[in-house]
Amino acid sequence: MNPAMNSAVNAGMVPVATPWFFYMLAGLAVLSGALVITRRNAVHSALALIVTLISVAGLYLMLYAPFVFAVQLFVYAGGIMLLFLFVIMLVNVERSSKERRFNRMWPVGFAAACSLMALFMFAFLKGKALFPDRRIPLPEASNTQQIAALLYGEAGGMGSYTFAFEIASLLLLAAILGAVIMTKKKL
Amino acid sequence: MLKQFMSYLGSNVTPGSANNQLWALIYVFIIFTGVSVAAMAMNWLERKALPHFQIRLGPMRVGPHGLLQPIADAIKWMLKEDVIPAEADQFVFWIAPMIGLLAAFAVYTVIPFGPSEAVSDMNIGILFMLGVSSLGVLGIVVAGWASNSHYPLISALRSSAQMVSYEVAMALAVVSAILMTSLNAKGTGTLSMIGIVQAQQDQGRWFIFRFFPLGLIAFIIFSIAMIAETNRAPFDMADAESELTAGYHTEYSGLRWSLFLLAEYATMIAVSSIAVTLWLGGWMRPFPNFLHAPAWDLIFSLFPALTFFGLAAIAVLGVVRMPAHSLFRIQRIGLAGFAAVLGLIALLLLVIAVAGRSADASLAARFNQGIGYVYWFVLKVAVFLYLFLWYRATWPRYRFDQLMKIGWKVMLPISLGVLIVTAIVGVLVP
Repeated sequence: MNPAMNSAVNAGMVPVATPWFFYMLAGLAVLSGALVITRRNAVHSALALIVTLISVAGLYLMLYAPFVFAVQLFVYAGGIMLLFLFVIMLVNVERSSKERRFNRMWPVGFAAACSLMALFMFAFLKGKALFPDRRIPLPEASNTQQIAALLYGEAGGMGSYTFAFEIASLLLLAAILGAVIMTKKKL
Repeated sequence: MLKQFMSYLGSNVTPGSANNQLWALIYVFIIFTGVSVAAMAMNWLERKALPHFQIRLGPMRVGPHGLLQPIADAIKWMLKEDVIPAEADQFVFWIAPMIGLLAAFAVYTVIPFGPSEAVSDMNIGILFMLGVSSLGVLGIVVAGWASNSHYPLISALRSSAQMVSYEVAMALAVVSAILMTSLNAKGTGTLSMIGIVQAQQDQGRWFIFRFFPLGLIAFIIFSIAMIAETNRAPFDMADAESELTAGYHTEYSGLRWSLFLLAEYATMIAVSSIAVTLWLGGWMRPFPNFLHAPAWDLIFSLFPALTFFGLAAIAVLGVVRMPAHSLFRIQRIGLAGFAAVLGLIALLLLVIAVAGRSADASLAARFNQGIGYVYWFVLKVAVFLYLFLWYRATWPRYRFDQLMKIGWKVMLPISLGVLIVTAIVGVLVP
């Protein structure tokens, strides 16, 4: 039994076939991510994107972050992708599927993606000491409570991210108000 | 394997917490079967109760009072030709009912039929339920698009707009109930479905009565939003037959169509379970801390057996009242057999209730407790399912603009207000 497994046992969980699940989810994410940009039909791309988002949500779950998993599912796969589909379904798929999918800039984009990949590899290989060599034994059972403590603070005090969190919510509120004002001619 | 099987018996945690994969599978199997049977029963009840509201008889031919109608329908669906329209998007058309069905059944992982009668107790239980059930609408939307036909497409657009609108009010109502879980002595609130019921147990009252009338208003908001979420009348804009033929499943036939029906019933049961868990005390029997003497425990533990005895008595009455004609002989024998099965189940429940009446740790006592939990949970959910039929029989369908107006201009402000007031009251009145 490796150390990672031990820490998981301490947290009250034994992962089942962890590497298998990781490679399955990662492979699914990459495969469906490739499908997103290669499908001619926009709805097929959107569906592939949903599969990508759900596989990434599964990876969050494997990292013992159930709250992020649920939010990913609720906000991205359930909410945003639904609106995506809503818009795409109104687009004339017949015409858009006959158009050129990639413009002439694709070699530049490919080069940028490759260099980003190289940067990630470089950072990972050179900075190996910075990454934990095994899973950090975060107790899965109190993940949500810990996030809440960071965002809102424990009883009485402010959390580390309370201010940033509230600022972000104000920003979103301003965006919502802006959208309402722009679409409504008469308030 | 046998060790894994035996070691869990009599345990008081969920298979997920006990890390017992075998029993988790057994629970999944039981729940899947139970929900499928419940969907069949709901199908029968819908076609039987709705006519009675309208002073009609409903199905009477297949079995006594049409009891075998769902089975006949299931066989019909399986034997029907499976038509995929030529111009439809084959793959998406094929996968759409499965998306709906998967989302509808995945949420049952966290539904707590009892403190240990759930597949798993997730830390994010209620969020998981809301998240996965929000994926269910993808099945409807995708089905409507893939059919490549006008009515299904309009239905898909309608249902996605409707879901997005009512999800907001629904989630806000849920949040105000979650806020109430942090009021107990233990300090922090919880999102776990089991934890929410235990919080109600600790505080000694159901959340529907907490901060009266705040809990009640949140509950009403949720019960309205869940009808819209499940596409049921009076909010069934997605399959309004007078406007859209059959909505998103116009082009579907046979088994594929029945999958949509199954998903709809499974979602109905799932959202009713959320309402029961959050506001109606989940698995708790009525008045657990008011009437808590051992005699009361015994009386309440007899309820499951009494229910089955009652059902058996109704079946026996049906046998007695059946016309004395040779054409009804097979029906009579069948109904008598059904009555006998119900009576045997009742007897078994009675034996368990009497054998496990003491509060010790014996297996019979554990079984007795478990049956009680599941019974009260299922009873509360059944009330909701009946209400779904009652609404459908009572109220005319809303217009789409009225539906949107109610969602955004009435439900959303009220649920937001309830959330804010609940938070303030929760801080001021500990």
